[in-house]
Amino acid sequence: MSDAFNWLYSDVVKDHFMNPKNVYEPDEGFKADAQGMTGNVKCGDQMLFMLKVKDDVIEDVRWKTYGCASAIASTSMLSEVIKGMGIREAYNIKPEDIVKRLGGLPDNKIHCSVLGDKALRAAIDDHLAKTGREGAFRNEGVKIICTCLNISDRDIEDAVKQGARDWEGLQERTKIGTVCGGCKKEAEELLHEYVHIFAED
Amino acid sequence: METRKVYMDYNATTPLHPAVKDAMVRDLELYANASSMHQDGRAARARVEEARRAVAELIGAGADPERVVFTSGGSESNNTVFATAFHLGRKGPRRAIITTSIEHPCVLNAALWLKDEGFPVTFLKVDQHGKIDMDEFKAALGPETLLVSIMAANNEIGTIQDLAEIGRLAKAAGALFHSDATQAAGKIPVGVDEWKADYLTLSCHKIYGPKGVGALYIRKGAPIEPLIRGGHQEHGHRAGTYNNVGILGFGEAARLAKAELAEYAARVGALRNRLRDGIVAAIPKVKVNGHPVQVLPNTLNVSFPGAEGEAILLYLDLAGIEVSTGSACASGSLEPSHVLLATGVGPELAHGSIRFSLGRLSTEDDVDYVLSILPGVIKRLRAMSTVEA
Ligand SMILES: Cc1ncc(COP(=O)(O)O)c(C=O)c1O
Ligand code: FES
Repeated sequence: MSDAFNWLYSDVVKDHFMNPKNVYEPDEGFKADAQGMTGNVKCGDQMLFMLKVKDDVIEDVRWKTYGCASAIASTSMLSEVIKGMGIREAYNIKPEDIVKRLGGLPDNKIHCSVLGDKALRAAIDDHLAKTGREGAFRNEGVKIICTCLNISDRDIEDAVKQGARDWEGLQERTKIGTVCGGCKKEAEELLHEYVHIFAED
Repeated sequence: METRKVYMDYNATTPLHPAVKDAMVRDLELYANASSMHQDGRAARARVEEARRAVAELIGAGADPERVVFTSGGSESNNTVFATAFHLGRKGPRRAIITTSIEHPCVLNAALWLKDEGFPVTFLKVDQHGKIDMDEFKAALGPETLLVSIMAANNEIGTIQDLAEIGRLAKAAGALFHSDATQAAGKIPVGVDEWKADYLTLSCHKIYGPKGVGALYIRKGAPIEPLIRGGHQEHGHRAGTYNNVGILGFGEAARLAKAELAEYAARVGALRNRLRDGIVAAIPKVKVNGHPVQVLPNTLNVSFPGAEGEAILLYLDLAGIEVSTGSACASGSLEPSHVLLATGVGPELAHGSIRFSLGRLSTEDDVDYVLSILPGVIKRLRAMSTVEA
């Protein structure tokens, strides 16, 4: 356990965990233009992101989470970083960038930092939909398919390129879907698509 | 800034009892191999045998101390029993294993290994309080049952099983009966005869002794297959040069645990109740897990809906309070505690659960300090939560 806990004492993480920034307070009267929710309490974490957007620039942000310390600290950091940022740039922030700013997280905690990032994208997608541009950023960046284990569409593609041909083969290589199982349907669709693209002659 | 430190993770491990430490320090000087025939060897061996008597007495086997075999801990003792079942099952007609769904991973994984090897294994379900279902147990027992392995008390929720009845039923079916008493010893009375146990597992670091020492009680006549082969130490049941210092510490810890048992149970039980009642009074919508009465005196497991367990743990840690959570976010998967899930606590609640385990050095001040910090932590996490409490 000790490895997983050493990070807490990186002062940046500790500060964001103890005094998380931009947490939603009901009494404050924050009016969001767009919001996005991700995760599943059954998996142990869930995140809600709310945005105020003007001319495609993020003016202000609030968030709420049912999540662990790493999720709290990394989302707090993310919420600071995206203030004043254009929505396209914000959409393409990588969880790794946030982790770097935090001074690192242990490997098994990286998953927790993805949650805020994913909720942010959902909120930006909501904004796009509300402004008549539904799915405009669909093809940007990688998409996390299995939120429990932080497995992206790119990882599934790689597994297929390395020989995965069915669900069992994919699980053997990635452990995808072994926590809540909620990602199975989407992952199987992608698996078939990639097998079709990369492995059928 | 000097933060106050409150240790409430005694089920994970315990600090050395000062008397145990003194005894071990004294023994460090005596370096001789306890198997050697010369004077110093015999002196070292005498101390090992004295420790063996103390451990035997703690579990009601004082008349038969040579039935206690020293090991490296609870995990080794449990694995030795399952290795024995493996050898017996390969040769004999009895092959079926009965255990529970709430065992420590060292039993669960050993049972899964036997299952992989083709042995029929039943993982008994438990009710909402963590007690096994006696009807399911009776139905599972049969002429093919080789081994029944049921823990005396659970490490996460503290629930105590009806060991005497379980042992009686297991023996009536002709099965071998093992109980992992790692968490029970030193906290409640343990009796190998009352429980009709053929095998009983103990671990020294849970009773204020050193880590890396344990014991397996093996009833006279019960078969045993060594996990570690080598020299003829421990009648060939467990090879390896005696860990004198550890074993001596174990003996002293066992002696103290037996002497202090009644006082411990009353005092620690009162503190645990104070903590439990304080939490229930100060924090809305909590759920106390485990059995209301048949529970270890020191253990309190509570679910806090709307607040995530690891975040609770680390906010408490920042305030110097050391507890544990069953949900294993820290291990990379978000699998919530298998014990809580088995008692029917849903994954949402299981993720927000904390185990407080008290011990010898716990005080009323400790409990009150936790009660001064915890409600604020839960309130804060619930305020930022996406989940309604
Ligand atoms: C119920 C139970 N069994 C076995 C063990 C393992 O004991 P050891 O750490 O000595 O291997 C533990 C310790 O966590 C336990 O709580
Ligand atoms: S999203 Fe839970 S297992 Fe993949």
